[in-house]
Amino acid sequence: MTNVALDTEDEDTEDRRRRPPRAVVGSSLDKEEEVFGKAYDPRIVRRIWAFVKPYQSRIYLSVAAVLVFTLTQLAIPLLVRYAIDHGMHTDGSGRTVLLTVMIGFFAVVIVNYGASWIQEVVVGKAAENVLFDMRRAMFANLQRVSLGWMDKTEVGRLMSRLMGDVNSMQEFLETSVLSVGDIILLFGIIGVLLWLDPMLGAITMATMPVLFIVRLFWLPPAKKSFMDAHHTNSSANGALAEGINGVRTVQSLDRQKVNFDLYEEKARANLRAHLRAAKFAQVMVPIVDTLTGISMATVIVLGGQMVLGRQLDVGVMVAFLFYIQRFFDPIRSLTMQYSVFQRAMSSGSRIIEVLDVPVDIKDKPDAVALTPDMDGSVEFKDVTFGYRKGQPVLRNVSFRVNPGETVALVGPTGSGKSSCMSLVHRFYDVWDGSVTVGGHDVRDLTQDSLGAEVAMVLQEPFLFTGTVLENIRYHKVNASREQVVDAAKAVGAHEFIMSLAEGYDTKIEQRGGNLSLGQRQLISFARALVADAKILVLDEATANIDSYTEMLIQRALKRLLEGRTGLVIAHRLATIRGADRIIVLQNGELLETGNHDQLMKLGGLYSKLYTMNYASFDDLPDDAIGVGASVGKAT
Amino acid sequence: MNDQSAPSAAAPGDARMHVRAIHQSKGHGILMRIMVLTMRHPWQVAITVVSTIIACGLQLWMPVLLGQAVDHAEGVINGGAGAADALWTTAMIMLVVSVGRGIFTMWQNYFGEAVGHFTAYELRLAVYEKIQRLSFSYHDKVHTGDLITVGMLDLEGVRMFFATGVLRVVLLGILIGVGAYMMLSTDLWLGVLALAFVPFVAWRSSVMHITLRLTWMKLQDLLQVVSRVMEENLGGIRVVRAFAAQDHELEKFDKASDAALELAHKRVDFRVVNTAVTNLSFFISMGLVLWVGGEKVASGVMSVGTLATFLTFMTILQMPVRQLGLLVNSFSRAATCGQRLFAFLDQEVEIADRPQAKPLNVTKGTLRFENVGFAYPSAPDRQVLQGVSFEARRGQTIGLVGAPGSGKSTIAHLIPRFYDVTAGAVTIDGQNVADVSLDSLRKHVAVVQQDSFLFTTNIENNIAYGDPWAKETRIARSAESAQLHNYIMGLPTGYQTVVGERGVSLSGGQRQRLNIARSLMLHPAVMVFDDSTAAVDAGTEQRIRSAMKRFSRDRVTMIISHRLSSLMHADQILFIENGQVIERGTHAELLELGGRYRELYDLQVRPSDDQMEAAQ
Repeated sequence: MTNVALDTEDEDTEDRRRRPPRAVVGSSLDKEEEVFGKAYDPRIVRRIWAFVKPYQSRIYLSVAAVLVFTLTQLAIPLLVRYAIDHGMHTDGSGRTVLLTVMIGFFAVVIVNYGASWIQEVVVGKAAENVLFDMRRAMFANLQRVSLGWMDKTEVGRLMSRLMGDVNSMQEFLETSVLSVGDIILLFGIIGVLLWLDPMLGAITMATMPVLFIVRLFWLPPAKKSFMDAHHTNSSANGALAEGINGVRTVQSLDRQKVNFDLYEEKARANLRAHLRAAKFAQVMVPIVDTLTGISMATVIVLGGQMVLGRQLDVGVMVAFLFYIQRFFDPIRSLTMQYSVFQRAMSSGSRIIEVLDVPVDIKDKPDAVALTPDMDGSVEFKDVTFGYRKGQPVLRNVSFRVNPGETVALVGPTGSGKSSCMSLVHRFYDVWDGSVTVGGHDVRDLTQDSLGAEVAMVLQEPFLFTGTVLENIRYHKVNASREQVVDAAKAVGAHEFIMSLAEGYDTKIEQRGGNLSLGQRQLISFARALVADAKILVLDEATANIDSYTEMLIQRALKRLLEGRTGLVIAHRLATIRGADRIIVLQNGELLETGNHDQLMKLGGLYSKLYTMNYASFDDLPDDAIGVGASVGKAT
Repeated sequence: MNDQSAPSAAAPGDARMHVRAIHQSKGHGILMRIMVLTMRHPWQVAITVVSTIIACGLQLWMPVLLGQAVDHAEGVINGGAGAADALWTTAMIMLVVSVGRGIFTMWQNYFGEAVGHFTAYELRLAVYEKIQRLSFSYHDKVHTGDLITVGMLDLEGVRMFFATGVLRVVLLGILIGVGAYMMLSTDLWLGVLALAFVPFVAWRSSVMHITLRLTWMKLQDLLQVVSRVMEENLGGIRVVRAFAAQDHELEKFDKASDAALELAHKRVDFRVVNTAVTNLSFFISMGLVLWVGGEKVASGVMSVGTLATFLTFMTILQMPVRQLGLLVNSFSRAATCGQRLFAFLDQEVEIADRPQAKPLNVTKGTLRFENVGFAYPSAPDRQVLQGVSFEARRGQTIGLVGAPGSGKSTIAHLIPRFYDVTAGAVTIDGQNVADVSLDSLRKHVAVVQQDSFLFTTNIENNIAYGDPWAKETRIARSAESAQLHNYIMGLPTGYQTVVGERGVSLSGGQRQRLNIARSLMLHPAVMVFDDSTAAVDAGTEQRIRSAMKRFSRDRVTMIISHRLSSLMHADQILFIENGQVIERGTHAELLELGGRYRELYDLQVRPSDDQMEAAQ
């Protein structure tokens, strides 16, 4: 084990260069989510409809507008036809007809304008509303779901549901109304052509099914090539982002050359995929143009001869030529919309997953509110609890924290300290036994009142974007500036806050990046002080903080615990010794309890740890406490 | 259309050549520079332009053919005789023209896009290369999000310029120019009416596309706020729950969300008004042509076929004219994106090899700081280090202690030349680090940072990050020395377990140990541990230290730590305060001295309440 990796026996350079490097850039994980689902899934559509329903009158209005819009589109070549056949006789007899047709034409154009405006505005805005409503419903549900579920779920994953999947519904909502228009247009053109001349219409439209079949074969490989282009894009961009975020490590380990070559491979794969996708997209162009050409030629030869033989009006021939140019548009967009539908179904099912995460911890119907005049005691009675079935983290733990008392919870990693803390706040429900606060079982209390009367300071102080002031009064939004300043002074944070560029109004960068860990800790203390709860549950930070800040924190802690019931997960000797009572946990069981002197006299685990002279009781080597490795996480 | 157009097999030399070419294109204006880069693919550009011209020509021929067909059908031209033959001829030409137009349009689009993708590929490489080369001081002051924007969005803007900008100028120029000429020469007034919608639509659609792009960016910013509110909430969900702040959080969300929704609605309004009004103007133009043309047909001065030609011209022109907006937008986007992209690529690299730089030659392995002074380039007036001097020989360990911000880490960063000293010199075996080549220097100096980056790949690749050709046995030995091997073997997939952003998350202590394992893979002459065991418990740290004894025999080891037990054993300890060395000596000597070091020692080892008060 003491054999250090300094050897040179395998440093045969010839051999080394022949091996490929153990290296990748960008994520090597391909946890890409399924992009396409079924084109239509009634369960999902029903759920989405629930969000659309509040806007249903607008949706009906816009469908009506689409209908009108499409009909006006169809009408225009017909009007042209009528004008040609009846309004342009060289003998001048058609003058009034032409005038009438023109009035009709302009009327249709105005209606077309209005309908297109209504259709797009109404559907566009309704779609935006639905998206925002959906996102809000998901977010609101996430505020209530159990922390057990949240622990298992990556934030990044949730964010891609909340932003990505929701956004992909937008396309769906907008196109579903548009596809109504496309279907009407398609059948409209078919109908009009057959009405104008059944035989010529049927022959001309013979190319239509051909395109349909071609599209059917073309779509799957084409879609795959588009997806590939998309994936290689995200893969190259991911590698770029990693290169930016890890640039300091890259430079210190001199990996630029290896990385550049690996990145070049990704960029090249991306280039290839895009060229392939472009081929697939463009190959449709000559196919459609050829079919259009065939239809046009048909109209010219057959229609032309019919006109010559006076079996067909020339205006009809012109109208045919006009319709043919628009012929394939609805088929093209309908087949594309098919993919949009598939995408929406798979996004939709993921959205529903988030909406349907069960909320395990709910207020009972007859839950009472914890009031500030409760006594401030905390009691664990025979508590057994765990995160996974059959693996209890706490076993039959019982203890009582009397009003005003400070109790330190001590024990190695995985002993169950953090779980105790979560249970006081009812982040989870116990398996067996009970946790009471102020004499009430936490399950009988409203969660809001529990949150208001029990203040909590977490190990990792979490700050939100906003000013220092807003962060300190996070819990009591209406706290006055004076209260905030007083709290900051009391915990010794005032001095450094005033040294910031804008004092209490200084904006905190993402997650408090512009403050040191110790400073963030002090702000979270001030936050708890402003909350002014009778009971304080605190998880001390384990990370090394410089000695001066450490001292500030110790004093702040004292001030914070004054006149309150305190349950402290303690890591530092100074904190532990300052407590009224110490509870030693090991492997989920209560091992020893008493004050410092009593425990030292007892000569158990505590005295052993203490005499070993570690600065912290956490992360102790396993052999020091004589237990097997505990890999479990309990934060 | 086959894969010949894609760059041939892996040729990293080519890749570096592309990067050089992009740097050499410096000096042109932004749009001109994009064109210079585009013209690096002259054949594809030529095919694209020629295809475009042919496709446009064929497209313009179609309305004429249609008009002819109508006239033949009416028997206007040959008085009926041979009209059927004429119809056949026209139909066949029509078919050929249509197929031809399809094929040339395909080439035009494909090669136009391909040229953009080639350029994007080359630019991507240049951006990546530059990012890796720019020095720490640059990365300190530039937000990572901005760099990502340059590498993704700005690059896209430049990529699209050829296909949506330049090529469209050719396309629209021919279609509108020739189309207008043909119509105006056939019938001046009818032509004017048929083209009346062009300037209006061109103007509206330009305004629309530019505005939509600008508001899109604003909307993205607002959505960014929404996403940040949610991300923070979910990341800090325990705080939210602990303070029962769900309602407050929903309020924050609503505020951000409503602002974004309002702008989204405004965008819809704006877009729709413009598309509807452009439609309207087109149809009005068409109506007028039909009316006036109809009068002409009625009075016998024009044939129905000519009128049909006019109307078809209009439908053909409708799309490209609307696209004028896209064209204008493409130019404005390329100009702004190109400006940012090129400004980034042209950025001077502060820390680079000097012209005569030679590789570092390590002989005795002696590190010296000679009267070193330093100030960050962003704050040249604030002296971070002053008159720092010391010497460490191979096999020696040097410890640095001091309050946060005293300049300890800065000392570490000067050795591998992450920054350049502003006074004095850092030398290794008498060679100034500023005079040797960077890659040789960094090969010989390893800094284990406090929180270094975990790459999203397996543990094996992460440990071998600095030596990707290392054998497995060495990787395992490094992990053993860093006291991480047992943990790794306890994972279901062992060394193949993926860690990092999207993999298994490691605790702070585990990350630091992985980091140490990573640096043990190297053979540096100088090894710096910059507070790299802060999250590792004292016992494990002790074992890492003993495992590394043999390792440190052959190099200078520098340990920076808050924890005195980490560096008590050092051959020399420097106490740093305000960028100066205020005490130096061995642990015993410094305790004897009874200065700041002694104070810190008393505070850390067994602090009692009154001692803490006293130290205060």
